[in-house]
Amino acid sequence: MRDAFIDELTTLAEANPQIALVVGDLGFNVVERFAERFPERFINAGVAEQNMTGLAAGMASEGYHVFTYSIANFPTFRCAEQIRNDVDHHRLPVTVVAVGGGVAYGALGYSHHAVQDYALMRSMPNMTIAAPGDPMETRACLRWLVANPGPSYLRLGKAGEPQFHEDIPTVSPGAWVRVRSGDENAIMLSTGAALGAAIARAEDQAVYSLPLWSMATKQRQAGQLARHQSVTTFEDHLADGGFGSWLAESVAGTETAGRIRPIALSAEICDQVASQAALNRRGGLTL
Amino acid sequence: MVTRARASHIGSALSIADIVAVLYGRILRVDPSAPDHSERDRFILSKGHACVAVYAALAETGFFDSALLETYGTEGSPLMAHISHKVPGAELSTGALGHGLPFGTGKALAAKRMGKDWRTVVLTSDGEWGEGSNWEAALFAAHHRLDNLLCIIDYNKLQSLTTVEETLRLEPLHSKFEAFGWAVREVDGHDHEALARALDAGAWLAGKPAMLIAHTTKGKGVSFMENRVEWHYRNPTSELLAQAIAEIEEARHA
Repeated sequence: MRDAFIDELTTLAEANPQIALVVGDLGFNVVERFAERFPERFINAGVAEQNMTGLAAGMASEGYHVFTYSIANFPTFRCAEQIRNDVDHHRLPVTVVAVGGGVAYGALGYSHHAVQDYALMRSMPNMTIAAPGDPMETRACLRWLVANPGPSYLRLGKAGEPQFHEDIPTVSPGAWVRVRSGDENAIMLSTGAALGAAIARAEDQAVYSLPLWSMATKQRQAGQLARHQSVTTFEDHLADGGFGSWLAESVAGTETAGRIRPIALSAEICDQVASQAALNRRGGLTL
Repeated sequence: MVTRARASHIGSALSIADIVAVLYGRILRVDPSAPDHSERDRFILSKGHACVAVYAALAETGFFDSALLETYGTEGSPLMAHISHKVPGAELSTGALGHGLPFGTGKALAAKRMGKDWRTVVLTSDGEWGEGSNWEAALFAAHHRLDNLLCIIDYNKLQSLTTVEETLRLEPLHSKFEAFGWAVREVDGHDHEALARALDAGAWLAGKPAMLIAHTTKGKGVSFMENRVEWHYRNPTSELLAQAIAEIEEARHA
């Protein structure tokens, strides 16, 4: 996903002179391609995420579409108020990019586990979350974000994720994308890199991905939920404030709410160090 | 405004009133008939709680009718009790401290990269230099030689509970900013002629961001407010308001 991201961003930046990349002293062997091609639109802000985000908002207010880039929680929690006040409240085109969503950096420990980021970002009224499930969805999300500049969060895995789509799918905020055909009565619905887990656990069920979602698109969920008797959600994030709870809130108090079965990571993994696969299994996402 | 809205922070606003008056009266290239003009200078009030001083200056300059000032802090008014970007002429909503300088740094960097010659001016409080984000921006602006960025510190030496000296010492401030790579000057923040000279772009070195330490008095011009922490919070009664206005009028005609 990381490589699809920088490849797509560099391509998009050829045609769009407003795209700028501001990194928080991370991205070795990833961002060089953009930096060498567009040195006047690349900035390493250093180990200073609050300033990175504040200055991205300032640049965005002058017409740039700024991508801030760092690992795990550094571009989100460390500078949450800059995202809330400067970016989201002013509706500025800043896309916060986090590499290592979920427990992709499993062995690096809790500081590097991004398992509460949806909770933070989905509480912002103007924010669009882009959580692609494979490299093709990464490209699709990035194209949508560039065509619709605004406050946004792009959550990536690391590198080497499997590809599930043959082509770049059509994506739109709040709209589920079918990834595997099957029984439409009981389906699997995933966001982000949990797509692999959803596909692995599906028997004959259809599998959908929701790579773009937001507070504003909650209202699009009831109609899609109504077509299925059972919807099992997947996310590599804690249940609290996550994707499944977002979906459940969209139909809270209605009969449909009982159709949602959230599968998320248990908080028990929060003090554990292990590989991504082991943590996803211990946390209950995979079998 | 503050009395009517039963609001706070009058002491903070009086502390910057002279700086803001000189900026809008003599320094900033802004056009009230085109508040979003692309070549305008950008002014950012980082200490958003002192917004009444800026709202008054914007009205006086002609950005909106001064009748709107009467609605300050009341239900439905665009004039929130912390500065709002929904007000014509205001660049950024602030209220949480330590946001103005990083944001302004981004604007100054954008101007450099786009080859524009407008300036970015950020007005901060002294207490908000406790925020790490300001020091991050101070490093960045010097590293990138943003000489189109002017930061003014409203150095009234009082913060929320007591003095800056007793809270989180900033001294030696002048040499601290010089060591960070900024061009630094100090000025009497209530002397209009000195302010006009110091705020002029020609007064500063090329290649360095500009830091103007403005020595000010919190609650300036009103005897019972000057240098009193409680006027960060208190709302003047109508009697005290009348006395305050009388004192300011008297000083003006003296």
